[in-house]
This record gives sequence, C-alpha cells and structure tokens, in this order.
Amino acid sequence: MSDQSSADAPSLTIPIPRGPVPKAPARKVRPPVEVTVDGTSVTVPDGSTLLDACRQRGVDTPTLCYLETLEPVNVCRVCVVELEGSRTLVPACSRKAEPGMSIRTDSERVRLSRRMVLEFLASSTDVSTAPELQDYMERYGADSERYGDDGRPAASQAQPPKIDNDLYIRDYSKCILCYKCVEACGVDAQNTFAIAVAGRGFDAKIATEFDVPLPDSACVYCGNCIGVCPTGALMFKSEHDLRESGEWDESKQQTTDTICPYCGVGCTLTLHTQDNQIVKTSSPMDQEVTSGNLCIKGRFGWQFVGASKGSKAFADGESTED
Amino acid sequence: MENRFFIEHATSGFDAYCDAVSDFTLEYAERETGVPREAIRDLAHSYAKASTAQLCWTLGITEHHNAVDNVRALINLALLTGHVGRYGSGLCPLRGQNNVQGGGDMGALPDRLTGFQHLENDELRAKFEAAWNCKIPPRRGWHLSGMFDAMERGDLTTLYVLGENPVSSEADKNRALRLMEGLDFLVVQDLFLTQTAEIADLVLPAQAGWAESEGTVTSSERKVQRVRRAVQPPPGARDDMRIIFDLAKRLGHDWGEADARTLWDELRTLSPMHAGMSYERLEKLDGIRWPCYDESHPGELFLHGRLWARPRVGPRAPFAAIEHRPPVDALDEEFPIRLTTGRRLDSYNTGVQTGLYSSPLRWGETLDLSPEDGERHGLDEFEEVIVSSRRGSVVAPVRFDPGLRPGLAFMTTHFPDQVDTNKLTIDAVDPKSGTAEFKATAIRIDKMGSP
Repeated sequence: MSDQSSADAPSLTIPIPRGPVPKAPARKVRPPVEVTVDGTSVTVPDGSTLLDACRQRGVDTPTLCYLETLEPVNVCRVCVVELEGSRTLVPACSRKAEPGMSIRTDSERVRLSRRMVLEFLASSTDVSTAPELQDYMERYGADSERYGDDGRPAASQAQPPKIDNDLYIRDYSKCILCYKCVEACGVDAQNTFAIAVAGRGFDAKIATEFDVPLPDSACVYCGNCIGVCPTGALMFKSEHDLRESGEWDESKQQTTDTICPYCGVGCTLTLHTQDNQIVKTSSPMDQEVTSGNLCIKGRFGWQFVGASKGSKAFADGESTED
Repeated sequence: MENRFFIEHATSGFDAYCDAVSDFTLEYAERETGVPREAIRDLAHSYAKASTAQLCWTLGITEHHNAVDNVRALINLALLTGHVGRYGSGLCPLRGQNNVQGGGDMGALPDRLTGFQHLENDELRAKFEAAWNCKIPPRRGWHLSGMFDAMERGDLTTLYVLGENPVSSEADKNRALRLMEGLDFLVVQDLFLTQTAEIADLVLPAQAGWAESEGTVTSSERKVQRVRRAVQPPPGARDDMRIIFDLAKRLGHDWGEADARTLWDELRTLSPMHAGMSYERLEKLDGIRWPCYDESHPGELFLHGRLWARPRVGPRAPFAAIEHRPPVDALDEEFPIRLTTGRRLDSYNTGVQTGLYSSPLRWGETLDLSPEDGERHGLDEFEEVIVSSRRGSVVAPVRFDPGLRPGLAFMTTHFPDQVDTNKLTIDAVDPKSGTAEFKATAIRIDKMGSP
C-alpha cells in the first residue's frame, strides 16, 4: 500500500497515457417478436408496441395523444387497429406486440373509427392550429360539420385564451384533452405537477390547482407542455401575438439547431426564426441529452438576442468605437 | 465498505488519507455542518454500496477558499469506493455555462495550452510554437483573482475582457471596481453595455455566440457540440473571432479570414484529444465526447477506465490527505449569519441576458432568510433591511424561505442595479484554483434607520 514511487506519481505537466476505449455494458437482449401487419410478417424487438410494428412496416399510423417520450395514456383512440381475435379495436400506441398477433391497419372498421374520432374532436374544439389533425381528417374524409354548428367549436368548449403571463398562453377552446401536457408536467418529464385534469365528462378540462392563474400555480415555465401540445392550445405568447396581428407566416420561417447558452447540460435548441427574429424555440425529441425537454431559460430566455429597445444593447452601433 | 481491490490496484496515498480523516467522526461532522449524523451515515452507506453512483457538484463546492480541497475530498470518496472509471459511476462538475468546459479545453487557463497540454512542458510548447511560428512565454500566467492581485501591485495595467462582467460578478465589488477603474486601459467585448463596459476605455460590440455565430461548445459531459447562426447580428456587432483577427491584423499579424471551421481544423492538428472531431462527424454523431483521437475513434463515454485495466495503465490515482478549514469570513457576535450566494431558476449570473425576458418567477433581489431568523430579528416579510459584511452594506427586502435553516441566508447577483450583493462577498481566494469564496460570507442584519 502507499507505494508512491516517483514513476507512479502522476505529473501535472506530462500527459497521462491513453487507456482502453470505455464501453457501455451490453444490455440483455430477449428474442424478438413476430407479428403480422396487413398480411405481412414483421419482426420487432421484445417490448415493442403495435405502433412500433406498424412504423417498422412503413404504415403511417395517426397519433394525437401518443409521443415517444411520454407514457401512453390511451385517450384519443385515433391510432386504433383491428386485432385478430379481439372483440374491440385496440390502441396501437400502447398495446404490446405479442408473438403471432395479426392486425389490420386500414380496414373499413378502422377507417370508420378513426374518422369518427376525428369528427368528434373537430366538432367540439377549434383545430385551426393543429395541422397534423387536419391532415388526418383529410386522409380519413372526416367532416366535422356532420355534427352541426358549421363545424365551429361546441359552445361548452368556446372560451377566450387564458393570457396570464408573458411567456405562454393557454387556449382551451383548442384543447382535445390528450393529457400530453399533464404527462410532461408530471412524472414523464418535469415532475412539477402544476396541471391536471379537473372535472368529469363534458366538464373535464386541464387546469392548475383550483384553476388559479399560472403565476399563482406551481408552474416553473419549462414550457415542456408547449413542446408536446398537438393542437396549439398551449402556445408561446410570441407566436400568439404574431398570429393575432396577422404576421405569423410559417412559409417565411427557418429553423436552426444550436446549443442553449445557459448551462453546461448542452440541450439542443431549435430556434424558429422569421424576418431575422427568433419567434419561438423547440428541442428535438430524439436528442439524447434531454429528449426535447428544456427549462425556463432555454425555452424563453432568448429574447436578449437582437434586443435593443429599452435595453442596454448598443445595437445601433452608436457606441461602437470601431 | 471501501473497495479494497480498487484501492490496492489503482490508488496511492491511502494510509496517509486514513490518518488525515481519522478525526472526522460522525459526531464531529454533525457539529460542524448541522447535518444529523444518521443522515450522513445513511448517505455514505448508500453511496458506497450502490452498484453505480456519481458525484455531481456545482459552485457550492468550488466557490470557497479551499475549493480544490473540496473537490479532492469528493475524489477521495470516489477512489475509496471505486466509483470512478466505470459505466454509470464517476465525478461530474456541472458547468454553469454552455462552454465553461470548452473554455478550459481550449486553453483559457493560466498554465495550459489547447487540449490541457501543459504550457511548462517544453516539448508540448514547442509543437505550438512551430505551428504558430511564434514564441510562447514558458511560464504560466494569472487566473482571474491573480489578475486583480496584479492590478493591486501595479503589474497589470491593461485588461481586455471578453464576455464577462467582473465589475458586477467579482467578490468584494468595491475593490474590483477600484482596481478596474485604476487600469491604464480597459477593453470590453460584449453583447451589452454591462457595468464593466460602462467603465471601459474601448467597447467592442460582439455577437451572441450561440445564435449569431458558428462554432462549437463543450458541455459538462465533455461533449463537443455545434452552435449555429440562426439570426443576423445587429449592425455593428461582430463575431468574437473576427474582432480578434482584426485586432491581430492591426498589430501586424495577418491570420487570414476568420472562419470557425478553419480554426477548428487547426485546433484538431494541435490537440490530440480533439483530433478525430471533424465538423462532419460532429454533425453526424450529434456531438462527440473528448478524448477523440482520430476519425475512427467514437469518443469516450466515461474517463479513467484505465484505472481498472489489468495491468493498470498509467500512474496511480492519488488520495489527497486534506484538512478541514472553515470559511475565512468567520461568524462572530457582530456578524452572526452565514450568507451564501447562487442562482435562481429563471435568472442567470449578473442578469445581463435574463433581465431581458419577462419571467413570472422573478421577484427581484431579496435576502432570503429562515422564518426563525426573521422572527428573531423582528422582521416582516419584504421589509427592507440593511445587510452588512466586513466589507460593505446593501439594502434589500427580506423574503422568508422555510427551506433555509436558521443562521443561513441566501442572495443572488442577478440584479446588480438593484442590490450589489458582491459588495458583501469576500475575495478570499483558493490559492490552487484562484476561486473566491462567494459561498461563505459573514453578515449582520439591521433594521432600516437603526444606527
């Protein structure tokens, strides 16, 4: 012990020799599972869902409440498929693939069910800022006007957006109750639990504790709920304001991936820019560092870039002693 | 509980370490820290017995006059338990900016060239001299607090500050301001007219490195990642690199066109640990962890695996026999409360950047106290009080935080225009790292209007 011979002692000035390249331990691999999708055999890793099998087969399956980074909650039912031997349609996003399962993804029963789900959603909520949902409606020939009211959101849902802070707005007339924001605020990402589903049946809605305004709630403004919202019910205030003034124009927008400046974690920030201004941020979900999650500074702290009005920026170049 | 195999196989100095810590019983630790002995023991047992465990820390460990000793104490624990050099185990300083790690990696340290190559190693220095066709002074320079001491002595008379706001961020602000105002010439290169820029002789407007410039940053996990330009900078603001290139040109050195990728490729020829990180690979692999020695090298998931290799590769990892030394700014009857400084979630350092977005979580500066201390001083919440240390006084409203224990207070440096917290802090410096003791100031609290 304590054999501190001089050859053994590390020197500050001499580089330490290279060791072996470190490796992560191998994971236990269980045998893969074989299922049949629309008559074709597909082999997926153990633990995969029917949705994974569909995707591997190249079948584009609609999803609204499902996200790779969240636990499936099975509420929207737009991903249902027909499982041989099952009385009811099953949600592909959460049903685990078992050996020998055979599913149909585009049968008349599946198409009808998906169409009706979409029609119900679009007849009760404002889907104007939900491009994916609109695409699905077109694909399945969904016509929300069949349920009256010219396709306008149901009166019970119509309400003005809640604007109680300068960072993001909540427009619950656009909410399809997919629970994603609740999941992202809770155990699936942020563990803040500022929001949950309040009320039952037609009165069910997403709310803070006792429905208080956000600044009085437990919200920490990570904006991870905005990142997962499929309908634009949760929206950057910057985007909301530009939409209100008619200036929001996605055809003029670019996205650039960079790294958040605020700490050493290294979250990828996707900056959405329009007319040389950052208009909002997001983060790619397939990024290994934080799986798309950010904090208040990363999500909203970019406003100093290009700041000049009322700030100490010398953007006009007047104090430039160049 | 200790990992005998690892201690024998890969470490040195274990016996001296045992001697040094033999007095630190649980009773002693409880008395010194106020943390119950059972809690310390439970945590120690959980750490030692875990199959994998990491120690992560931030400035609460390093902003002390014995910063390096604090880190060495953590390293001792990792060596003792073998929680280093294995997948899932290790030591990780969580960096406070996106490129603190990268700054050091690039050689922004007093004694290192790029890639941690030691400046005082003749062979390594000669490699850089050959590449750059110039002579590099063979002796280490000053770190930040060493620079302030040099200003005090009159040895440092001209200062070029890039993207830092030391007038607001240095401990013992009155001294920092006095010394910086006494410089012959001060240049500040920054995005905004900070308190430091306001006293500069020359201000060079810069671009936001992460949104208006191209380049790379290195995260806490040693991962080199690309930053990219998303918006054009405001008129007059220029890329940091271009400013330095232009300055070199004025001084008679034409370095050619300032281009992030060209510079990075030059760095790869000089820094072996970055050699395999081409822009293409950084793009394709979404960042690479150093060391990455060539273009077939994957980068290293964790460090120090060599300590477990049989036979062991390279030198043993030494235990450090360190002593416990309490903070320099001692508590006494006149200054009975311990003030520690730090950040709040929505704000950042001296607030230059975060001050420009509207945060519902922000309430400005407060002196956070335990409700018990508030009651002892007869204070109402949000009442303004005079906070004094042995160096200065500030006025700040009081906020009660049940998360603080009696005797401990908390403030930030986010709002220097409202409250100059650093007028209170002490610039007692760790001689090994040059870090000031921001985390341990002795203060007193007086009601407004009291003598």
